[in-house]
Amino acid sequence: MASVPSEPGSIRCVPVASDDDLVVARREGRILAEQLGFSTSEATLVATAISELARNIVSYARRGEIQVSLVHNGNKRGINIVARDEGPGILDINLAMREGYSTSGGFGIGLPGVRRIMDEFDIASDVGRGTTITITKWKR
Amino acid sequence: MSKVGSLRSKGVIVDVTALDVLDSFASRTVRDLAYMIRLRGAETVIVGIQPEVAFAMVQLGITMEDVATALDLEEGLAYLDAKTQHGQRAL
Repeated sequence: MASVPSEPGSIRCVPVASDDDLVVARREGRILAEQLGFSTSEATLVATAISELARNIVSYARRGEIQVSLVHNGNKRGINIVARDEGPGILDINLAMREGYSTSGGFGIGLPGVRRIMDEFDIASDVGRGTTITITKWKR
Repeated sequence: MSKVGSLRSKGVIVDVTALDVLDSFASRTVRDLAYMIRLRGAETVIVGIQPEVAFAMVQLGITMEDVATALDLEEGLAYLDAKTQHGQRAL
């Protein structure tokens, strides 16, 4: 992924350790999405993706952080979200990405759903070390 | 949930108008609440899902099977009125 950060001031980092932090992380994402000129629907997709990732951090790793930033790649401008934690990690990423699979009794649509609503999705996880998920949505 | 018993409610309206996001966890919570209320013998209707929230839910792959929804509070009350045949007042 050759996207690079846009303006220096456009990186926002939200520590995530409780459900209240989800609201803050979603709001930061929405602010940047609107700054980029995303429609309300697109901004809501971004906020929903952030919510899913932040919820995963609270459920599985208890704490972590969400970093939201504006990025560009050539003429394309977009919003980039990095969800990082030092939790237990994901044993089988392929399984975690499968529709309907969940270890927590959820819908099992979180990660595959996030991948569907974003343009780019990258996941790196080490068992015992943590998980980092990076997603991007480009401005159309 | 306990109010369904103490008030002998026939219907419950869950108003999510203020929610700007309904992620999979929140949707599941709402759905489970509706299922539990049904087990207590009352009807639930979810009202006020905003258009962009509905769009995001569908994109994400969320389905709210067997859970009644209505546009707003007014439509929700009308739904419960019809469902409960003007019996008990909806809560």
